Amino acid sequence: MSTSAEPLVQVRDLVKHFPISRGIVFQRQIGAVKAVDGVSFDIRRGETLGIVGETGCGKSTTARLLVRLLDPTSGTVLLEGEDIAQRKGAGLKALHRDMQMIFQDPYSSLNPRKTIGSIIADPFVIHGLHREEGERKKRVQDLMDRVGLNPEHYNRYPHEFSGGQRQRIGVARAIALQPKLLIADEPVSALDVSIQAQVLNLLRELQREMGLTLVFIAHDLSVVRHMCDRVAVMYLGKLVELAPNESLYGFPRHPYTGALLSAVPVPDPSGGKRERQLLSGDVPSPANPPSACRFHTRCPKAQELCATEEPPLEEKGRQTLAACHFPLTEDEVRLRLPAALSAAK
Amino acid sequence: MSVGASELLVEGEPSVEAIELVPGEVTARSPWQLFWRRFRADRVAMASGIFIVLLILVAIFAPLIVSILGLPGPSVQNPNLTDAFGTPIGPTGAHPFGVDPLGEDVMSRVIYGARVSLEVGIIGTALSTFLGVSLGLIAGFYRGWADTGLSRLADVVLSFPILLFGLGIGAACAVNGCLGGAIQPGVQTIIAIIVIAGWTYIYRITRGQVLSLREKEFVEAARSLGASNRRIMFREILPNLVAPIIVYSSLLIPVNILFEAALSYLGVGVKPPTASWGQMIADATSNFQTVWWYMLFPGVALLLTVLAFNLVGDGLQDALNPKADR
Repeated sequence: MSTSAEPLVQVRDLVKHFPISRGIVFQRQIGAVKAVDGVSFDIRRGETLGIVGETGCGKSTTARLLVRLLDPTSGTVLLEGEDIAQRKGAGLKALHRDMQMIFQDPYSSLNPRKTIGSIIADPFVIHGLHREEGERKKRVQDLMDRVGLNPEHYNRYPHEFSGGQRQRIGVARAIALQPKLLIADEPVSALDVSIQAQVLNLLRELQREMGLTLVFIAHDLSVVRHMCDRVAVMYLGKLVELAPNESLYGFPRHPYTGALLSAVPVPDPSGGKRERQLLSGDVPSPANPPSACRFHTRCPKAQELCATEEPPLEEKGRQTLAACHFPLTEDEVRLRLPAALSAAK
Repeated sequence: MSVGASELLVEGEPSVEAIELVPGEVTARSPWQLFWRRFRADRVAMASGIFIVLLILVAIFAPLIVSILGLPGPSVQNPNLTDAFGTPIGPTGAHPFGVDPLGEDVMSRVIYGARVSLEVGIIGTALSTFLGVSLGLIAGFYRGWADTGLSRLADVVLSFPILLFGLGIGAACAVNGCLGGAIQPGVQTIIAIIVIAGWTYIYRITRGQVLSLREKEFVEAARSLGASNRRIMFREILPNLVAPIIVYSSLLIPVNILFEAALSYLGVGVKPPTASWGQMIADATSNFQTVWWYMLFPGVALLLTVLAFNLVGDGLQDALNPKADR
């Protein structure tokens, strides 16, 4: 993986709070859902960065902040060193040429009243590219061919396609403007397992051909392992661990990552003794998160310090960044995830 | 082209159709084609639709039809057609629907009355639909103060006693018109009342739909492509509103026709000598035991028209939302 000096995107202390307000005419804010609460990471050129976490941990909000579908409460997103929050008007429109998104639900992300041809041509229409009709149609059909759709289905409507085909249409729309960064928000979680691999392979292929940088959001750890160079783990709006693929799956340091990996079913039942680390209780409400380390209410290793002092995200060896006072030791990992550690060695 | 290849092209559609297709032009049934196929299969709605088309033709060509039938004009009073006590003659060969106490031909007036009913029904509905859709789009899309203001205004209008309100406006505009003559007495006044009172239904439906559509991922996708608000409203959201708008406005037409009849019945709508079904029925109440034909024929015309519009509206609803159960 070649990585040039400057990362493509630098995210610094990104915060997004959604206000909770009460009252009909005279609204007052009575709290905030802290969907993303101080997240910092880099996206290197050409890499695939995975973001994993449970439902409601802020993955999708982070994705929407990256493409400015949402404006951050505070913090910055720098694209090639430039703050995207400062973009307005034409500059903001140009930003959308650099960053594109693939959505989770292939049934809701395509307008049912438009033909596939006009959906995929939308990026060209909006940005005033390829104005000549024949040229535009040819471009759209090239894109359809590229993502594995029959270009002759140009005039069909979304309801005539299967989920996997629809997701390919979404991919074609997203790569039409040849973006530098493609953000895939759970692109396969609504698809059948048999279709998932096809769409994933399509994304990898396009990434290689077009030199795309990919942010891949998912809750399926095995899908992320298949796709990503580095993986970020989120819990309740915080980044708890950020590590290269091999390190994260081989030697997770944050107890939450350990718990997630331990919940993945092992294909070999004779693999023998492993002490599954089950988490008790629900994820606390992001409107009222626990103090200091947000995981301390459910963490098997929590001590008093965890409730009073927030652990910084820092290097814990093997290029792993983890936010934990008492990271997992090698022995604990061996006990709980025998398969993981042996695979890494 | 082999049958096998063509089947591959059109996946799962009957090969008979597939053979006719030229490669590269695989036809797709648009939602509108699907709608039309379903609507055509609904015999009641189709019959009602044909009735409405005929009625519109009758209204447009009323003078021609009246002269072909050899009837006198709608406002031609012939005192010779009433007896010494003022009782008009009933249905005869020359006057199939009889004549009214002023000696006017009832059939001729019923034919001309269709003009008023359709004018009020269609123009009034079109204007209130336009107003309701525009305001509903704005309120649903921008939310916030625009929504609060418009929705409260709609609540206020909905809580008006519409008939009393119509009577008041109708009386106020009866002589010289309203708004410095911008609204003339008669049909224009009725349409104005309908628009003021009727936009709220369409407004609420549109607003509700927009509120749910604007959260769909395809709107987010358009936004992430850099689409402007205007483009999102008109190109992404509005096409999805067409079906409910058509259904509800088609059901609003008969309501408005009845409203015109009611206002004319109460004496604030269309004034004689212009023929209107409602006003004819009102006129006939004083002596309908003897002059039954004067009330029967405009009443039947009104009933059939309203029924036809309602049935077409139901048919449209079924054809546009085949999954919706009523």
